[in-house]
Amino acid sequence: MPIRKVMKANEAAAWAAKLAKPKVIAAFPITPSTLVPEKISEFVADGELDAEFIKVESEHSAISACVGASAAGVRTFTATASQGLALMHEILFIAAGMRLPIVIAVGNRALSAPINIWNDWQDTISERDTGWLQFYAENNQEALDLILIAFKVAEDERVLLPAMVGFDAFILTHTVEPVEIPDQELVDEFLGEYVPKHAYLDPSKPITQGTLAFPAHYMEARYTVWEANENAKKVIDEVFAEFEKRFGRKYQKIEEYRTDDAEIIFVTMGSLAGTVKEYVDMLREKGVKVGVAKITVYRPFPTEEVRELAKKAKVLALLEKNVTFSIGGALFQDFSRALINEKEKPVIVDFILGLGGRDVTFKDLDEALGIAQKALAGEEFDEVNWIGLRKEIL
Amino acid sequence: MAVRKPPITTREYWAPGHAACAGCGCAAALRLATKAFSEAMEEKYGDPNAFAIAQATGCMEVVSAVFPYTAWKAPWVHVAFENAAAVASGVEAAWKKVGRKGKILAIGGDGGTADIGMQALSGMLERWHNVVYLMYDNEAYMNTGIQRSSSTPYGAWTTTSPPGKYSIGEDKPKKWVALIAAAHQIPYVATASVANPYDYIRKMKKAAKIDGPAFIQVQCTCVPGWRAPPEKSIEITRLAIETGVWPLFEIENGDFHNIKIQAPGGGAKVKREGGRVVAIEFKKPIEEYLKLQGRFKHLFKQPEAIDQLREQIKAMWKTLGVEVTLPKPEE
Ligand SMILES: Cc1ncc(C[n+]2csc(CCOP(=O)(O)OP(=O)(O)O)c2C)c(N)n1
Ligand code: SF4
Repeated sequence: MPIRKVMKANEAAAWAAKLAKPKVIAAFPITPSTLVPEKISEFVADGELDAEFIKVESEHSAISACVGASAAGVRTFTATASQGLALMHEILFIAAGMRLPIVIAVGNRALSAPINIWNDWQDTISERDTGWLQFYAENNQEALDLILIAFKVAEDERVLLPAMVGFDAFILTHTVEPVEIPDQELVDEFLGEYVPKHAYLDPSKPITQGTLAFPAHYMEARYTVWEANENAKKVIDEVFAEFEKRFGRKYQKIEEYRTDDAEIIFVTMGSLAGTVKEYVDMLREKGVKVGVAKITVYRPFPTEEVRELAKKAKVLALLEKNVTFSIGGALFQDFSRALINEKEKPVIVDFILGLGGRDVTFKDLDEALGIAQKALAGEEFDEVNWIGLRKEIL
Repeated sequence: MAVRKPPITTREYWAPGHAACAGCGCAAALRLATKAFSEAMEEKYGDPNAFAIAQATGCMEVVSAVFPYTAWKAPWVHVAFENAAAVASGVEAAWKKVGRKGKILAIGGDGGTADIGMQALSGMLERWHNVVYLMYDNEAYMNTGIQRSSSTPYGAWTTTSPPGKYSIGEDKPKKWVALIAAAHQIPYVATASVANPYDYIRKMKKAAKIDGPAFIQVQCTCVPGWRAPPEKSIEITRLAIETGVWPLFEIENGDFHNIKIQAPGGGAKVKREGGRVVAIEFKKPIEEYLKLQGRFKHLFKQPEAIDQLREQIKAMWKTLGVEVTLPKPEE
């Protein structure tokens, strides 16, 4: 029987790691995800998790050790956030290029400067071009589930790419919620053991990994990462379906909430989706036709799903906790790309909000709604809007 | 007729066909290292192939692993410039977990070890991974075109330490990574030279058989980097030993009071006290070493710079607990 425990997302991530039974974990503390390696070291200390836990001297070495272990053919896991993820940046490309299915749990946190430990999505968003799969959790249960799902997708032979699962700093990492911990046997059946087919640092079948490629081969190597990302779309659907069958919780790349007949659809990710669902419920009672679409899978980008979503609304209001300079938010770019050649397309309005842990309140959402309604009415509007900005201190 | 056993295994792990320059001392160092490793693995585990290599970006990586070819007959992984030690940590942890017997060899150049990789190296040694770290010391960043590293010797020309009106060339003394490694009190640290292959093989084998971390710093020539003729590679590194430029020593368990210093040869007079080398009187001046290399050519116009180098070499030996006399060339 699965047990339910009240826990923080950090603990949920550690539980996911325990259930996935990685053989090597290498991690370095950083707020807000410090508890993940702490909890894992407890599991290892108590013999509940039979893994090598490498207490590395930096995140750069954490991911490097994961690459080494994964290249040696075993399941590997790490956790980090913000500056830690940024320090890994160089090796993130390498992990993807070498097609190593490492999983990272990320407590989504703002990047310096100024130094700020609170939530936004800039850390993982900044790694969107590394080739890694990216999942975003709305709550602590999703943090646990998506890590298990990430392993399964990452290790699929049609994919073989590393994956990161983001969950919001403090809003999730440090907030307790009831979380269902699935049975170990069921997880074992779901994930199975990771046995790479091609030899990995095996002296009886030596291979060379991480070579240099001349212009004659580099593009093809990059293309295979592209292709694997494309393949991941189908694999993710399959894994979501299997997960639902086994564990009863349904996941979709884009989860829609009250979008049928919506004129304005808010699009967002992570825990903000929960807030916006509440807000939409409130508006619906007043007869405002709004809905929410939550991006659970950001890479591979669910282009087809976005196109379907776009057919439902007149305005897509993107709520983003990240900045892509001179563009707006990253989603704005992604959505524009997905819809640019569509014959009929909604208007897209972009909102940057909640950076560095600033609360996103219903008042902020009212402000965004007002602008989206202007767009709906065909009035002039700004494409990119910073919501909740304290202009008086600028 | 009796068939003599070859001095080292005929098995090859660093195969012919790599793209290193003719006369590259580092290529020889890697070839010997893997052979020695293989022998150690055979003796220890009964399996000559029971090892894997994690290598840093650098000349030796670039010349050996150009897709779709490889010069490696051992399992080998390259990740980045600064992290061979961290990657090796991960490989070792994985092997431990799956119960694979054997040892990991991490390889980095002086740049990837003394500079950008120093932190990862320290972490790996401190965590006591069962890894031999081999620093092949060609005394500059060769892969990017001969830039100075912290292991470049005083006075040497490199493309980022060019001699000029206000410059003598490299203006800092060489950083001795072996001593930094030994400060971690790991089981075994040694310096070696490709000019002394028997000693080098012995040290590699010893390191490979130890349970725990070991560090070996081997001096090896770079033909374009040292501006030296390819056929002089071994002669130059031998002169480094014989003139006092390159000390050969072993430090076990970080015991600096018990450093094993080796007699340099070349006519040097060694004074021992209680079996321990306390003084060496070198017979060959360092100029003999310097003059074979274009990278030191400019020093001969400024003999005070060579004297400066001599002082630094004395200071280095003093750290090792040895008083040395370094002769000046006869006029
Ligand atoms: C982070 C990073 N910075 C710089 C480089 C460029 N780079 C590659 S190899 C190298 C120098 C290698 O020098 P060394 O470790 O001494 O090895 P060698 O080339 O002499 O064999 C440099 C600077 C890199 N690959 N990665
Ligand atoms: S450049 Fe130097 S280190 Fe590189 S292969 Fe040639 S001789 Fe060896």
